[in-house]
Amino acid sequence: MPAMTDNRLILLSEADNVLVARARIGAGEAIAVEGGTVRLAAPLSIGHKIARRPIGAGEKIVKYGAPIGSATEAITAGAHVHVHNVKSDYTPTYHLVGAEAEGAR
Amino acid sequence: MNGLEMRGWLRADGRKGIRNVVAVGYLVECAHHVAREIVVPFRDRDVHVIGFPGCYPNDYAQSMMERLCTHPNVGAVLLVSLGCESFNKYALERVVRASGRPVKTIVIQAAGGTRKSIDEGRAFVAEQRALLDAAPTVPMAVSELVIGTVCGGSDGTSGITGNPAAGRAFDQFVAEGAACIFEETGELIGCEHIMAARAATPELGAELEASVAKAARYYATLGYGSFAAGNADGGLTTIEEKSMGAYAKSGASPISGLIKPGDIPPRGGLYLLDVVPDGEVRFGFPNINDNAEIAELIACGSHAVLFVTGRGSVVGSAISPVVKICANPETYRRMADDMDVDAGRILEGRASLDEVGREIHDRVVALGAGARTRSEELGHQEFILTYKSFEPIGPACLPAA
Repeated sequence: MPAMTDNRLILLSEADNVLVARARIGAGEAIAVEGGTVRLAAPLSIGHKIARRPIGAGEKIVKYGAPIGSATEAITAGAHVHVHNVKSDYTPTYHLVGAEAEGAR
Repeated sequence: MNGLEMRGWLRADGRKGIRNVVAVGYLVECAHHVAREIVVPFRDRDVHVIGFPGCYPNDYAQSMMERLCTHPNVGAVLLVSLGCESFNKYALERVVRASGRPVKTIVIQAAGGTRKSIDEGRAFVAEQRALLDAAPTVPMAVSELVIGTVCGGSDGTSGITGNPAAGRAFDQFVAEGAACIFEETGELIGCEHIMAARAATPELGAELEASVAKAARYYATLGYGSFAAGNADGGLTTIEEKSMGAYAKSGASPISGLIKPGDIPPRGGLYLLDVVPDGEVRFGFPNINDNAEIAELIACGSHAVLFVTGRGSVVGSAISPVVKICANPETYRRMADDMDVDAGRILEGRASLDEVGREIHDRVVALGAGARTRSEELGHQEFILTYKSFEPIGPACLPAA
């Protein structure tokens, strides 16, 4: 784990461009990522990922040292990396992320 | 380990069971209620309901029921038929009888209906339960164990804590001569090449790759990966990310073979269970939920199944105990009653992967020395069996045989 990264984030492989939360991190918190400081727009739940560095649109997302999908848009360092900005290179991901809020409208 | 001595019930085929269950099998959904009523007075006394709901015949379901009714954890069998279904109850009864187990078939239409069938069934179960409770046990070695592993309700913690810890336990079991089975080829998509490199022979490696390619085609036709909405809530973004985590359950041992549901590993080692049907896509999703996979692992002879969960599955199974390994420390704190192992400690720096791996190993061995799992204590006995079709495995699948 390189210095200057919040210890609630773990780097699983040196080749990775994402970090994984091993504890919940609150929204608006200033956290160290690879020597820089980022502010989270929303709370980050345990097991979720943020970008370790800027990731270009179409670039592979790398976790465990292996590609796990492609970025569908440019992702800034420290931004949440998930179904809103990543797609599978195999089968599309079915999810209900955001569905509860839609139903409440 | 820890001075615990495993003991088992010796069956006529030489295998030993760590449980001595009376299996009550319904042979069509129309007989399910009667089967369920028969076991009501025997709660907490190892009388488990299994069965097949369909009225049309299916070779896979027939062979699954045969394997389950002659599983080493089963000591006696009661079959419940409505009477007019297509399931071949005669063949199933013959297979069970040939295995040396007491077996009886109740045909509801012949017995005179629901009430008479329930009374007759309960009398048989009570008699068999008394005999099984008095049956002697013999010493059992770790090398005689078959252990399956599955993950369900996975999240972003599963691949970091619970799955690799289960993999460490598998490595220990394989080193001790036990047979270990991992599965869900649909959740190995993206891992096929690194997995093939661990195969005992290049020909087996090609079979492993082909099984994952088959799964990818099958799921692509269905339009969904082996990925549930809750996986995304838990931080998993794609099927290949879930696969990388799921693959960790296999540990680091060489892969000795590829088997299909109902195939018993011929010796110790690590085996991949190919759960995706062969041929054209038929009958829907390969496994409609986690319990369908657990039933297949048990049909392959698994004495116990390791179940890694992040979101918090609560299930157990009929026939074999399910050891629940909770990958997520927040889930563990919320649902500790349902969990056997707290692997989330790894994430919080309170335990190492090796420590949790040894704990999982020791929990399984303890099951052979009288310990019970949380899901057993809570009465979980989920079971599901649906339609599938398989070709037999090819000659390259078990290279050492």
